[in-house]
Amino acid sequence: MRKNDRYILRIRKRKKRINSLKTALVTMAALFFAVLFLTPIILTITNSFMSSSEISANYGSVFATTAKGGKVFVSKTVNLKFIPDMVTFYQYYTVLFKSPEYLFKFWNSIIYAVPIVVMQLGIATLASYGFARYDGKLKRVIFFSYIIMMLMPYQVTLVPNFLVAKSLGIFGTRWAIWLPGFFSPFAVYLLTKFMKRIPTEVIEAAEIDGASEWYIFSRVNLPLCKGGIASIAILVFFDYWNMVEQPLILLPDSGLHPLSVFLSKINTGEISLAFAVAVIYLVPPLMIFLYGEDYLVEGISYQGGIKG
Amino acid sequence: MKGKLTANERKSALSWLFLLPSLLGVFLFFVAPFFVVIYYSVINNPIQMEFVGFRNYVNVWNNAAFRLAGLNTFKFSFVAVPLAVLLSLFLAAVMESRIPFKSYFRSFFLSPLMVPTASVVLIWQVMFHQNGIVNNALQVFGGGRIDWLKSDYAQVVIVALFLWKNLGYNMILFMAALASIPKDLLEVAALENANKFQVFWMIKLRYLSSTILFVTIMSLINSFKVFREVYLMTGDYPYDPLYMLQHFMNNTFTSLDYQKLSSAAIIMFIVVTGLVFIMYSIENRYGKDVEG
Repeated sequence: MRKNDRYILRIRKRKKRINSLKTALVTMAALFFAVLFLTPIILTITNSFMSSSEISANYGSVFATTAKGGKVFVSKTVNLKFIPDMVTFYQYYTVLFKSPEYLFKFWNSIIYAVPIVVMQLGIATLASYGFARYDGKLKRVIFFSYIIMMLMPYQVTLVPNFLVAKSLGIFGTRWAIWLPGFFSPFAVYLLTKFMKRIPTEVIEAAEIDGASEWYIFSRVNLPLCKGGIASIAILVFFDYWNMVEQPLILLPDSGLHPLSVFLSKINTGEISLAFAVAVIYLVPPLMIFLYGEDYLVEGISYQGGIKG
Repeated sequence: MKGKLTANERKSALSWLFLLPSLLGVFLFFVAPFFVVIYYSVINNPIQMEFVGFRNYVNVWNNAAFRLAGLNTFKFSFVAVPLAVLLSLFLAAVMESRIPFKSYFRSFFLSPLMVPTASVVLIWQVMFHQNGIVNNALQVFGGGRIDWLKSDYAQVVIVALFLWKNLGYNMILFMAALASIPKDLLEVAALENANKFQVFWMIKLRYLSSTILFVTIMSLINSFKVFREVYLMTGDYPYDPLYMLQHFMNNTFTSLDYQKLSSAAIIMFIVVTGLVFIMYSIENRYGKDVEG
């Protein structure tokens, strides 16, 4: 008996050792990926606190080649530095108080993203209630075509968008961006999946109590999908905050462009400012990410499984 | 009977009322113009409007720029999408195992999702420049210096950027799928002395199959968006290997060639729909016996 016990103990010990070794290896892998994922973000942030002379000393050669007829800077190798020699807020000061152009473009970004989030979610909550509430053959066909539309890349959808914008006379105006965004099927698809998981008993109970359809929608259904609405709103916001394709085609006037497009055009002249602008542009999604990460994760989790 | 709806009919009619705003908008902005696009793709020009059959399609198909763009996009997606699926499955497995600071790691992996492309292109340029840190690091291992974005390796860079941006999102999808595998099934497998390999192939992969399909489709769709990174780093006319379909479309928009645009869009529509359909039927055959 005792011999056997000791044997089991030894095996357990060995298993434990193997397990802790495995945990260590997996943690190392996780750390490796974490470093890869975070480095670009952290570098952008720390570099925004460097003075312009430090930036050009470090990266001069990178951007000298892109600037046409610009100065050629001294540095031959690029020094990527995590920590600035001297922390300065001068770049931020310049961006915020001396160059209104960036603020205009930042405002453009807001004026596209926010109404689109609000309207797309508003239209989608109604529509997905319509889809989830009563099933039917026709509805299933329509819902399937929504999925197909959602999956189409910009290379396909921008051509119809362009034609509509031209024929409605809104080409080159903000409406050309807004209207297709308002009616995008993305939020409808996700919210419908979300609403279908609400137990029918809840809705039926309200029905038996004699509640009107609108009452059921707004007082019973909506409070139950608050989380879903929040998470989809976050995803839609990220998408439109990062938009590049649509303004390039639908807005020939670069004055209406959001900062996401404009930012790439400044790195020739004012490299040192570019990092600060990049960080300012990062702040809204970063705040949303920090406060709403759990919603975001929940929202993404709901997407899996295309069967609807 | 007439004029009076039953309760069920009334409710069904009301549900269509809820759908109405979306249906109208989708019809006006996506469906109707799509038929116009089809129409434009088979006529000679918007003024004469003569039916020309498939001539526009043949022209686009033989267009050198379209070929280059299509081939580049195809090459890119062909490498990037499988990598995105495999690596994110790996990350999800990492998150499933016992590691410390799990919630921090989840945030770290997910964080590139929120970063606007425009905010990080500067750093990418610094990293992949001729004198950039990637080359510096490679030199330590004896590699030569290359100007990544202007070399034949340019696609390697955008695959890396694509993975950076999309792995976290895919990982979350896989984590949700792994969590939904019934625990008792895994316990039975353990009792039956199934080894890890068997558990993975016979149980987990089956339950994951619909998610693998979804992740593949989403990665494919997102792989068409890599244009953002390319455009913001290299502009309208990049080095040849980086000339993507969206570049082709942008340049065709500028020349306002409706016929070329329409037929190119329809070709892509058919390709994407076809790919989705193929993947869907593969999954249907493989994962039919489990709840999707």
